[in-house]
Amino acid sequence: MDFNLMVEVTPLLIKAAWVTIDISARGLLFGFFVACGLVFLQSFRFAPIRWFARGYISVVRGTPYFVQLLLVFYGGPSIGLKLDPFTCGVVVGAFNIGAYMSEAIRGSIESVDKGQAEAARSLGFGKVHTMVSVVLPQAAALMIRSVGVLAIVLVKNSSLVSIISVVELTYQAQRLIGSTYKPLEIFTLSALMYIVIVYAVMGIIELAYRRATRYTTQ
Amino acid sequence: MSTEHQTETPMVEIRNVHKRFGDLEVLKGINLTVNRGKIISIIGPSGSGKSTLLRSVNQLEVIDQGEILLDGIQVNRPDKKGLAFERHINHIRQNMGMVFQHFNLFPHLSTIDNVTLAPRKLKGMDKNVARELGMELLDRVGLAEKAEVFPNWLSGGQKQRVAIARALAMQPKVMLFDEATSALDPELVEEVNRVMRGLAEEHMTMLIVTHEMGFARDVSDWAMFMDGGVVVEEGTPDKLFSDPDQERTRNFLSKHLGDHH
Repeated sequence: MDFNLMVEVTPLLIKAAWVTIDISARGLLFGFFVACGLVFLQSFRFAPIRWFARGYISVVRGTPYFVQLLLVFYGGPSIGLKLDPFTCGVVVGAFNIGAYMSEAIRGSIESVDKGQAEAARSLGFGKVHTMVSVVLPQAAALMIRSVGVLAIVLVKNSSLVSIISVVELTYQAQRLIGSTYKPLEIFTLSALMYIVIVYAVMGIIELAYRRATRYTTQ
Repeated sequence: MSTEHQTETPMVEIRNVHKRFGDLEVLKGINLTVNRGKIISIIGPSGSGKSTLLRSVNQLEVIDQGEILLDGIQVNRPDKKGLAFERHINHIRQNMGMVFQHFNLFPHLSTIDNVTLAPRKLKGMDKNVARELGMELLDRVGLAEKAEVFPNWLSGGQKQRVAIARALAMQPKVMLFDEATSALDPELVEEVNRVMRGLAEEHMTMLIVTHEMGFARDVSDWAMFMDGGVVVEEGTPDKLFSDPDQERTRNFLSKHLGDHH
């Protein structure tokens, strides 16, 4: 192992790691909105709207993220959808993770005890009010962990956007290997950085979960 | 209570109520009038339709046929659909308190917030006024010192007492109890019964579905035995519990009178 080289390239990799964090964080944020939209569409009484949402989720879950990325980046321009690499990474990441996240959100809403909504309704709360004041606060606590798992998937998936030349951690690593011919050192370093990011995310999730469920574990 | 307290005007009227779950008819034409300030107990085996009947009163179960009136106002409104029915029923439900077998307290809210949520959000009651009301109600059920505690730290009996306080916070015209003590350990039943007796003394109109025969007999003005979706027999509690006319009532009571919790 060439430790001198490792020390030398570390600042460059850290800088690229920030891009990985940036693209993942934005993907997660927009993905959350996509997910909420999909949950909302699935609550419609008009069936074709529900079918559209279900169909979208099935397509996303049934195809590799890598293919989705290539399709949008290289196929998009021919239908007028021209995105720069970073934006494309955020958007495809968001629409991909949003499909999975909508299932997590729906599941957590459904796993709130039905008696909770009944109690609220019996007091005179309407459907929307019941959802906002009683069901969602409880569902939010339940969904933190499953959303957290998806955030980690998103971080790891972000390595694939190197293919459309976003200068994130993996792309930078490959570029450095191109000039130094030291794949062992450089990929080891980048793997360590992924571990740091992933475990930081896990820590944040765990703290948020504990905070959100204080009322059961005080 | 005030002297103009009228006991002979109906608070809840149930007329020829039918309810079907798919092919199964669980209520086959039920009639019952609950006068103001009166307490009616409904007993019967599980699956008799007694809980469904109670839940029909505030339309947690929408009935297929018949009429339900609260203080002269029709509760079920087959003519109203969608949002119009929503608005109507939300308003009606504010006048009816319901207590559930499994308490259904809101676990993410403290005891006091459980009690004050509805008056604050639905009546727009000022936070401090609501708190005062909430503390008064918690005191009434003997739990003022648990105001800031989350429900998960309460015993079953305490939870149910908070649930009663929560229902009372909307100052309902009638209280519906759906097997309020069935999920409790035997030693916790009495504290809930005591609160319910207190309400009875204040002439709260109550409709009680219960398995507690002794309690039903003590507290009610009228008792009703249901089986298979029909009212088999009804009468004063003394008559119904000691000298029922119907064979089915006798059989049911002989199985249940022995096991006072």
